[in-house]
Amino acid sequence: MDPLDPAAPRTRIAAETPWYELFSRGARDWLRHNDKVREAVTGNLPELLSGSDILTQPTGRTVLVPVKLLEHSRFRLREAQTRTGAGQGQGEPGDVLRPAQQHGEDAGEGQGGTGEGELTFVLELKVDDILDWLWEELKLPDLKPRTSANMQDDELVREGWDKRGPRARLDRRRTVKEAVKRRAIQYREDRKEIPFTNDDLRFRQLVRRQRPAVNAVVMFGLDVSGSMGEAERKLAKTFFFFALHGLRRQYANVEPVFLAHSVEAWEFPEDQFFQVSGSGGTVSSSLFSLAIETLNARFDPSRYNAYLFYASDGENASEDQEPAAAAMERLAGRLNYAGYAEIGVTGSRLRQTPLGALFTDLQGRGFPAAMATIARQDDVWRAIRTFFSEQAEATA
Amino acid sequence: MTQLQEYASKIEELARELGLDYYPVDFNVTPSSFMIEIAAYGLPVRMPHWSFGVRYIHQLVRQSMGHSKIFEVMFPGNPCYAYLMDTNTVAENSLVTAHVVGHADFAKNNQLFARYHRMAGGNIVEKAAAHAHRIESAVSEFGLQTVEATLDAALALEAHVDIDQEMHRERYPERGTEAGQVPADMFHERFNRLPGEREPQQAPRQAPRLPVPPRPEYDLLWFIAQYAPELEQWERDVFLAVREESMYFYPVFACQIMNEGWASYWHARLLREADFLPHNLYLSALKSHSDVVRPFASNQNTALAINPYHLGFSIWEHLVQTQGMEKAREICRDEDDFGFIRNYLDRDLAEKLKLFVFEADADGEIRVAGRDINQLREAILAPKFNYGAPRIAVSELRHDGTLVLAHDNAGDGRGLDLDRAARVLQYIQRVWRRPVRLHTVDEFGRNRELAA
Repeated sequence: MDPLDPAAPRTRIAAETPWYELFSRGARDWLRHNDKVREAVTGNLPELLSGSDILTQPTGRTVLVPVKLLEHSRFRLREAQTRTGAGQGQGEPGDVLRPAQQHGEDAGEGQGGTGEGELTFVLELKVDDILDWLWEELKLPDLKPRTSANMQDDELVREGWDKRGPRARLDRRRTVKEAVKRRAIQYREDRKEIPFTNDDLRFRQLVRRQRPAVNAVVMFGLDVSGSMGEAERKLAKTFFFFALHGLRRQYANVEPVFLAHSVEAWEFPEDQFFQVSGSGGTVSSSLFSLAIETLNARFDPSRYNAYLFYASDGENASEDQEPAAAAMERLAGRLNYAGYAEIGVTGSRLRQTPLGALFTDLQGRGFPAAMATIARQDDVWRAIRTFFSEQAEATA
Repeated sequence: MTQLQEYASKIEELARELGLDYYPVDFNVTPSSFMIEIAAYGLPVRMPHWSFGVRYIHQLVRQSMGHSKIFEVMFPGNPCYAYLMDTNTVAENSLVTAHVVGHADFAKNNQLFARYHRMAGGNIVEKAAAHAHRIESAVSEFGLQTVEATLDAALALEAHVDIDQEMHRERYPERGTEAGQVPADMFHERFNRLPGEREPQQAPRQAPRLPVPPRPEYDLLWFIAQYAPELEQWERDVFLAVREESMYFYPVFACQIMNEGWASYWHARLLREADFLPHNLYLSALKSHSDVVRPFASNQNTALAINPYHLGFSIWEHLVQTQGMEKAREICRDEDDFGFIRNYLDRDLAEKLKLFVFEADADGEIRVAGRDINQLREAILAPKFNYGAPRIAVSELRHDGTLVLAHDNAGDGRGLDLDRAARVLQYIQRVWRRPVRLHTVDEFGRNRELAA
């Protein structure tokens, strides 16, 4: 994580090595600084993570957050309007040594660069740590898997040993142990090796156990019609990222499914999902239908908890309103929970969107569903909080 | 005996012949990793604090990018300690040895250095290491967070010492000598005590209690150590340790141009007169010399900062040529940079060195403002006033323990950077443990009170 590693002092430890080569106080205080940054970062995590600079590592287990070095503040005079100083060289009074910076914004930055604050470095944070922190900070309840009699899973687990069994399950280690024990108590005068006997053999036993299913399928639906621009997708991506990792906290095995739609709906692999761009109109029912098909085809309801997170700008073709409502209702019956995030970068809308109306209605009729609007990065956290706390209530 | 040791002892011999007078110097040849730490901490062993880690990493980056090369670090005292870099060439280190001898001579003879030497003793390197050790044990006793909070406050106020005060200072007298008579400042207090100035008076039995502080107190580290309502003893020690180190650094800060110039003058002269040095070694040392005292970075012809080595070297050469070594030694004894620049950087020399005053606007435009000698002197000295820090004094200690600080914005010409000031107040508040207030002005000249 330390980008400056190559410059680290070489270590040479020998008998005559002076004491100061054995450790570095500078490095220790630098690490302490990094700890402080880390503390500061966790204190401001929502702001930092919602910043557009956050980079997800390919493995998805860590995120990189660019941070500034901490400044140990001192009393200082305010920057003067005009700074004077002494210089040396050619030039007559009035000569311009450096012209004004063209772009107004950068001028301020350049001036600020007189101190020591120019270095920045990248802090790598574990997604798990962020989520732990998030759950604590947002006081989110843990998800409850839907439990019912048919949500049980049979599995064979090892349990105990028997003197009889199929050869394949012979436990050699255990068998030798038995033999050693027996020989220790059987005294033979000629001290000849006592051979193994059939009594020594031990075979592993398996029993059939019932295990609650802790699998979940989470379906991410994204509207990729023309009205969803770059900014909207980015918000949706952040939202999906934390929703997915939030579910991963609860389920041993979460299978994400990525569905995108404009007029039609398709399934995509994760790496292509956010690059998909469609055009034309919006037919939400296509996505809901595809979701049902996918669920029915691949995810046995007795073994999978199912979630849907759907992000859209809220528009839907008016002739699709009824089919969408019908499809969503059928889908909701199969879901633990459906979260609808309405992405509206262009400012708050006064009127309710068609899809907004659909989900509000669904929620009103007691289906486990909720909606949240996301206009800015900050809203992502509100949305996550809404969905995860509502979901806990819905299944409580 | 290595080559360097041989040259070094001959250089010292020559220096004594030429009349240099100094405490013994303990030379250490150290690896660059340790040199970088000394540069970052300012002392070979110093208290731990994360802000030193930041400086360390900056130093490390600059070093690895080749932007800065450390030749030597030298700590005046008795003995002086000098650290040389083991990766530098013998020629470079011979030059450095001569340079250090120049510093050592300056430190023994300059009155400001001598005064601090008297107050602090000649063993600040050992003392700083002892401070560091005490702070380490405080860390293990009270925890890192607690000690760090104290260091945050104390080190942020590092420059806020009253350099005219003694190192070991008594608390204020509790009662005045005469009703309503509080000397306006330390000068008048001392003046009043001069023999013959005033008849000695018996203090009246019920002389009025003096307020605390009796006059604006600029020695913030001392004041907090003495008067903070709930300071633990170890915290007091931390503040006094930082103050002691800070006062030790002051002469180095206030005489930088003179001191570096003096050392450069002497390394140039010693090497010139050292006939025992091989010719090619002398040449490469001379090249290092011209790198150190050059006014501009290579392939440039203006600089927006003045190289103190170059300026000091030029003034000393000029002084020795025109007024002789004896006079130069007198100046070396009596002045600090303020007197040195104001009295001895004259118009002709400034013109010869092509010094100018520049103005930089907020939009980034930088232009030559003029070459007036008075403006020029003040532009050179401006960063050195009040140890380079804004003038902030304790103005009042209220009955409820509130600490009131006042910024002398009229003297400094403008108000404080409010964000930074607010953070420093927070640092202070955590050790003061009662409300802390600070008066200054904002960018429109309106009075502002910050509170923590």
